[in-house]
Amino acid sequence: MSSDEPTPVSRFAKALGVLVALCAVRRAATSRRSVRPPFPPESSLDPSERTVPANRRAETLVGALLLVAAVFAFAFTVLYVALSGNTQLLGIAMGGALLLLAAACIVAGKFVVPQETHVEERDPLLDEEQTEEVVKMIEGGGDGISRRVLLAGAGGVAGAALVTAAAAPLASLGPTLGALHYTPWARGVRLVDDAARPYLAGDIQIGSFYTALPEDRDPESFGAGLLVVRLPAQFIHLPAARRDWAPYGILAYSKICPHAGCAISLYRYPTYAPTSQVPAFTCPCHYSTFLPGEGGRLIFGPAGRALPQLPLMVDGDGYLRAAAGFHEDIGPSWWGVHRAQS
Amino acid sequence: MNLIDRYVHRRFVRASRAAEQRVGLAAGIKWALRYVFPDHWSFLLGEIALYSFIVLVGTGIFLTLYYIPSDSQVVYHGSYALLQGEQMSEAYRSVLNLSLAVPAGLLSRQVHHWAADVFIASIVLHLMRISFTGAYRKPRDVNYFIGLTMLMLAVLEGFIGYSLVDDLLSGMGLAIAYGVALSIPGIGGQLASLVWGGPFPGNSTFWPRLEIIHVLIIPAALAVLITLHLAMIMRQHHSQFPGPGRRERNVVGTPMWPAYALRSIGLMLAVAGVLFLLGGLIQINPIWQWGPFHPYLSENGAQPDWYIGWLIGALRLMPNWELVIAGRTVIPNPFWGGVAFPLFVFAVLFLWPAIERKFTGDRRRHDLLDRPRDRPIRTALGAAFLSWVVIVFAVGSTDRIFYRLGINYTLQIHVWRVGIWVLPILIFFISGSACRSLRRSGMHPLRAWQGLVVQRGADDSLEMLAASPDGAEPPVTEQPVGTIPGREFEE
Repeated sequence: MSSDEPTPVSRFAKALGVLVALCAVRRAATSRRSVRPPFPPESSLDPSERTVPANRRAETLVGALLLVAAVFAFAFTVLYVALSGNTQLLGIAMGGALLLLAAACIVAGKFVVPQETHVEERDPLLDEEQTEEVVKMIEGGGDGISRRVLLAGAGGVAGAALVTAAAAPLASLGPTLGALHYTPWARGVRLVDDAARPYLAGDIQIGSFYTALPEDRDPESFGAGLLVVRLPAQFIHLPAARRDWAPYGILAYSKICPHAGCAISLYRYPTYAPTSQVPAFTCPCHYSTFLPGEGGRLIFGPAGRALPQLPLMVDGDGYLRAAAGFHEDIGPSWWGVHRAQS
Repeated sequence: MNLIDRYVHRRFVRASRAAEQRVGLAAGIKWALRYVFPDHWSFLLGEIALYSFIVLVGTGIFLTLYYIPSDSQVVYHGSYALLQGEQMSEAYRSVLNLSLAVPAGLLSRQVHHWAADVFIASIVLHLMRISFTGAYRKPRDVNYFIGLTMLMLAVLEGFIGYSLVDDLLSGMGLAIAYGVALSIPGIGGQLASLVWGGPFPGNSTFWPRLEIIHVLIIPAALAVLITLHLAMIMRQHHSQFPGPGRRERNVVGTPMWPAYALRSIGLMLAVAGVLFLLGGLIQINPIWQWGPFHPYLSENGAQPDWYIGWLIGALRLMPNWELVIAGRTVIPNPFWGGVAFPLFVFAVLFLWPAIERKFTGDRRRHDLLDRPRDRPIRTALGAAFLSWVVIVFAVGSTDRIFYRLGINYTLQIHVWRVGIWVLPILIFFISGSACRSLRRSGMHPLRAWQGLVVQRGADDSLEMLAASPDGAEPPVTEQPVGTIPGREFEE
C-alpha cells in the first residue's frame, strides 16, 4: 500500500487530531476566565475568592487514576473467583482501588474543579419573639384549667407506675442470687484432669501445678477449676483450722481469681530455696499474687480476698477427692459474697 | 456546548424540576450546595470517625450473615489442623469458619476489627480537638454531650464485638467484665446475673443477647446520635479558627459543591482504602491461635484492644482495697478501676463546660475557636487530666514492659501508684508555662496581618508590592481575634 495515498484510517486519525486540537484551543480560551481578586483587595476583610483552574494535566491524571482504580477493582473480582482464600491479595486489590479512587477525588477536588473561598453569615439562632410566642402558645393550652396541681400530680404518678410496669419484666432475665454461691465441689467429689482422668495423689509432683476439674460434673461451671500443687513441709504454714486440708502436702485452691474472675495460670516455684521467693500463684490478668503455702494469702496485686482453698483427702485407692465443699465463695467479690472467717 | 453536555444539562434540569414539584427541594439543595466548611486539618478527625462507622456497618453486615450466637458445645472438624477434634462453642466455630473457610471472610473480619480501632481512635482525637480549642462552648455544648455519649457507646460496642468471638482471649475479657459488673455496690449480683442469665459464663440466652446488642441496639443508637450530631452541626455551622475576615458571626471556607464534596468523598475512600489494606496485610486478632474459652483456662500476656487499655490499667494499679461493713462487701475491688474510674473520667468531661462557665462567667455564644496557647489554664488542666488517663492506660502494658525490658513488674506498679498523682501536676505547670511563652513569642500569629506593603522608589514614589520582599510578617501586637474581652479565663 502506498504511503502517500490517504487511507480511511489515516483520514480518521487526522480528523481526530483536529478535533482534539480544537478542544484544546477551546479549553485554553475558557481557562482565561479564571477570576482572582484584583490587587489590592477592595476590602482586606473579605477573603472570598473563586478560581477556575482549567488544568488539563490534572484532568488527565484524574482520568488515569480512575482507570487504574478500575483495574484494581476488577482484579478483586478476578481474585475472588480465582484465588478465593487469599486475604492479602484481596486486601491489596480492594484497598488499592479505594485509595486510587480517593486520590482521583482529591486531585479533582483540589486541581480540576473551581476553587472557592466563600463567606456565609451564621444564623443568630436565638429569636426572643419566637421563643416568647412558643411559651405563650404552650401555656395557652392550659387556659380554663383550675386544678393543675392535681392533674400534673396524677399524671406523674401514672407515668411512674407505667415505667415501673414496663421495667418489671427485666427482673425475669436473671435467676435468683443463690446460684452465685454454687460450686460443683462437695465432700467426696473426685479430682480429674481436663480429659476426665482421675488424679492419684502420686501424680502431683513438687514444682509444677495441675488443673483439676470435678468428676461427672459440669466443667464449664465457674467454680469447677482447681489449682493443685504439692509443697514440701517447709513451705506449708496453714492456719490451725486447715491443718488437715493438705494430705501429703497436696493443696487445692479455686482457679478463679477472687479479684475479677480470670483463671490463674502462673505458678512460681523456688529454683534455689535459700535465695528464691516462696511458691506463689499469679493471675495473668491483673497480677494478684497468692501464697499456696499460707492458705492463699494475697501478697501483691488488687484482689481484696485470699484465694479460696478446698480441703482435700486421699481415698483408699490413692485418688484425690474433695474433703468438703468450699468454705467461702469463689470468684469475684460482690455485695453478698461469703468471705472466709479470718 | 456539545451534544453530551446538552443531554446531561437536560437531565439535570428535569431531575431538579421533578424534585421541586414534589417536595420543593430546590431551596434546600441550593443551601446544601453552598454550605461552607472551614478548612483545617483537625476538622477531618470527626469525618474519619464517620467514615470508619460506614466501613463498620458494611463489613458488619457481611459478618452477621455467618455468625452463630450460641454457646452449645460442638466439636471442631474444620480446615484448621491444630484445633481438630477440639471441643468449643458454636459461636467460636462459626467465627473460625468465617475466617478460614469463607472467601473474603477473614478480610472482612480484619477490616471490621481495624475499623473499630480506628473509629474509636478518631473519636478520641476529635474529642481532644474539641476540648483544647473550646469548641464545646455554647451553642455546641449539647452536641459535645452527644459526642461523649457516642464515645461511651463505641467503647462498649467494640468490647462486645470482640467478645462475641468466644475465643480464649475474649472469654477472659468477659470474665473480667462479669467481675466488674458484680462489683457494683448493692445491685452488682442482680445486675451480673441479669445480664449473663445466671452465674458466669452465663446461660444459653447470653450469646443472642450479646449479639443483638452488638448488631442492632448500639449501632441503631449510634446511627440516631450521628444523625443528630450532623444535623446540629449543619444548623449551627462549623466553628472556625480566627483568621482574616473570620468573625464570630460568619463562617469562611470552601463551599460543599464541588470542591469540598470531592475532597470529603476522597477522604472517605481513603479511610476505607487504608482500612482494607490494614485488614488485608496486617493480621489482627488471630483467633485460631488462642483456642476456645473455658472458665478454667487463661493465657499469659493477654492484652485487650487499645480502647480497653485504660480500664485494665486502672484494675492493675488499684491497691487491694475492699470495703467490708458488717459482713457485706460494700465496695468490691474491681469497682474502683472498672466502674468508678471511667465514670469519673466521663463525669469530668460531661461537667467540664459547666465548670468552665462557672469560673469564667462566660455564657455567650462562641463560634470562633481558641488556640490552646491562648487559654493556658484550660490547656494545662486538659493536658494534666489527659496525662492522668494516659498514665493509667500505659499501666495496662506494664506486664509487656516487664516481659520486653525486664523492668520489675511490682516496682513499676509501686512507682506508678505515686507517679499517677505527681506527673499530672508537673504536666500542668509545664504545659501552662509552654502556652504562656508560646503566646509571648508571637510564633504563628493567629491572623495574617492586614495592610499594604509599599516600597519607596528612587523618585520618592510609593510602589505597592504583593508581599514583603523578605517574606517577614510583623508580630501580632493587638489582642487576637476571638478572645473574650473582660474576664479572662486564666486570670
